[in-house]
Amino acid sequence: MTRITSRHMLERMVRELAEKRARAGLVVKVCQGTGCLAAGAEETFRAFQEEIARQGVKAQIVPTGCQGFCQGAPVITVEPRGWFLHRVTAADVPKVVDVVLKRGGELVQHFYRDPQTGEICRRPEDMSFFRHQLKIALRNLGKINPLDIEDYLAVGGYTALAKVLTEMTPEEVIEEVKKSGLRGRGGAGFPTGVKWEGARRAPGARKFVICNGDEGDPGAFMDASLMEGDPHSIIEGMIICAYAIGDCREGYIYVREEYPLAVKRLGIALEQARAWGLLGENILGTGFSFDIQLKKGAGAFVCGESTTLMMSIEGKRPSPRVTPPRSVEKGLWGMPTCLNNVETFANIPIIILKGGEWYAQYGTETSKGTKAFCITGKVRNTGLIEVPMGMTLREIVQKLGGGMLGEARLKAVQTGGPSGGCIPEEYLDTPVDYESLTRLGSMMGSGGMVVVDEGTCMVEFARFFLNFTQQESCGKCPPCRIGTYEMLQILNRIVAGEGREGDIELLEELGRKIKETSLCGLGQSAPNPVLSTIKYFREEYEAHIREKRCPARTCTKVGKYVIGEDCVQCGWCRDTCPHGAILERRDGFYIEPDLCKRCGACLGVCPVGAIYLEAAGGEKPWPKPSSVR
Amino acid sequence: MSEAVTVTREIVAKYKGREGVLTHILQDIQGRFGYLPPEAMEVVAEEMGVSLAELYGMASFYARFYFAPRGKTVIKVCRGTACHVRGSERVLAKFSEELGLKEGETSPDLSFTLEAVNCVGCCALAPVVMINEKVFTASDPGKLLAALRQGENRDQDH
Repeated sequence: MTRITSRHMLERMVRELAEKRARAGLVVKVCQGTGCLAAGAEETFRAFQEEIARQGVKAQIVPTGCQGFCQGAPVITVEPRGWFLHRVTAADVPKVVDVVLKRGGELVQHFYRDPQTGEICRRPEDMSFFRHQLKIALRNLGKINPLDIEDYLAVGGYTALAKVLTEMTPEEVIEEVKKSGLRGRGGAGFPTGVKWEGARRAPGARKFVICNGDEGDPGAFMDASLMEGDPHSIIEGMIICAYAIGDCREGYIYVREEYPLAVKRLGIALEQARAWGLLGENILGTGFSFDIQLKKGAGAFVCGESTTLMMSIEGKRPSPRVTPPRSVEKGLWGMPTCLNNVETFANIPIIILKGGEWYAQYGTETSKGTKAFCITGKVRNTGLIEVPMGMTLREIVQKLGGGMLGEARLKAVQTGGPSGGCIPEEYLDTPVDYESLTRLGSMMGSGGMVVVDEGTCMVEFARFFLNFTQQESCGKCPPCRIGTYEMLQILNRIVAGEGREGDIELLEELGRKIKETSLCGLGQSAPNPVLSTIKYFREEYEAHIREKRCPARTCTKVGKYVIGEDCVQCGWCRDTCPHGAILERRDGFYIEPDLCKRCGACLGVCPVGAIYLEAAGGEKPWPKPSSVR
Repeated sequence: MSEAVTVTREIVAKYKGREGVLTHILQDIQGRFGYLPPEAMEVVAEEMGVSLAELYGMASFYARFYFAPRGKTVIKVCRGTACHVRGSERVLAKFSEELGLKEGETSPDLSFTLEAVNCVGCCALAPVVMINEKVFTASDPGKLLAALRQGENRDQDH
């Protein structure tokens, strides 16, 4: 370990390290992201270390952050050939070491095979999943070892910081960020350069920089992956921000409690940066000082809201406050504070190095650059992706997601987590940018993208989100506290088959009012999932309310249970029914509608699947609901 | 003096005099005991100069501060969106049935705690569960539980 005391010294080290890496020979990069770890990547990593020793192969085994293709976990990349192997468990390692590393052969079963063309993809570039991506924020993810600062330096790490500290004025830094058109990647999309300028102009003897890593949206893990896989980019971005806003010596990274791995790796990265003279007192010998503290959350979604997050850092009972004054004027401990999202900070170093204009060449008129998304749900390829703004949802689902998983047709794409909405199939050709998504009643959000098929009931899906926001409402303002509760009660009633005429209109009215009058972003966006599903899937709501039927056949509480003609008279259902609703007649068993509570117990035990849900009005019986086991 | 009081005093001494450290203190205490014992809370309130009500007001706001002892094995069933559309309700029901615990409950012998969490950031492998800070795919909850129980028995043998 060396303490770097000048730009010259840093640049020399970067050069040396890059050369050393280029001569490294065989390198196996084993993904150690949360997804791969869950699939046993830790064991894979250890197995590689043992196996190369046993077989006497000269290779380096390097842990990396998320390589993106979580569907194929655990994944590895073999350099210098650039081969991408998936589903490499510890048991496969001896063979991989023998065939691929020792003899330079191929293992076809570990290469990805394109399901549409049947073609074997050896390199990531061959895969449709990677080919259409453009990695800017995630540029180092999966390529470097997050636990080793030398790896980050070898790809030019901290040279943007050196450039900023030695040859740029704070105003020039802000100008460059403004030129890039970068907007807040946490979801709201406030222009980053304008925010920095505001923080610079705000008077205050002590200013703060905060990185918001409280990625609470269920279905999103971009920030987690970045913090785990490329922590130094975030740290570098934060130091540049501190220099730009001026009078700032302290920063915080606030990480969610559910991300222990991110906390651990960020902690290691901070310590290394300090030891190398890149963080703390007198950074790179320039006289500029700035340090970062790590703060761990304790499980509250609302803490992702900026004013609430600051109260949480202060150690108070957190709740949002009225803005203005905005936090760039009065933030943490009443001082000007610049808060940005993880992905926003990760974009900063490369914008400084390559210039704002370079970044602004990508994207659309109003949304520049790229955005990271987590594509999950009912698609073939799930994982972490980054695409230029303006790509359509259909392209993302088809080209990157590889189409739908299973036979069922695509119904909608949910973006923006619990604050966003559902975009139906017919609008999938909309380009992904801040304005287009908002116009459709959804939002960019932090980048969760959940693909749902016909087997998902949209009413129940909306209820799921509202249940989430309702639980996470801090309770400070009545529209959010009481309003979302009332909306949830109505939705609960509808999925239980007790919906009434006028419920839809009431939901719409409540939703509009809650959006207009809530104090913070949580309440203002909480009705979105309900409003957007009413807008696009109104007929599903009507079916639940008027016909007491669930078109997706997942709500077991609506519809009438009947025993079909294929009944084999075994009597299991009668013995199982907790309500005694299944009675015996001379011609067989039947379900007494007045006693039946639609618990679904009989559906589970019938050996021949002869119990059906029948729509009211004597329509023909439905097939057995697939989701009830 | 009970262990909780001594340990808490040590933890508080480490942080005292710095700003915004209350959550750190509580997290450290919870790290040691698995929950926040009442006598520890009293010490924190007294040493940090906040009222006990204020301290509980802050701590109880968060879902991840606990006021009762928890099981040795904590099973967190993820109920994020991706897990939801891939059947997390069934996973939770299965664990609930097998362990005889409802969501949020701890078994009387303090071996298991079952709870639901919102998202553990492992959506691509949904549905998932987190068992003591490690994430597992939960497409087969029965198998996962069997492995857990086996581990438990092994521990007892030693």
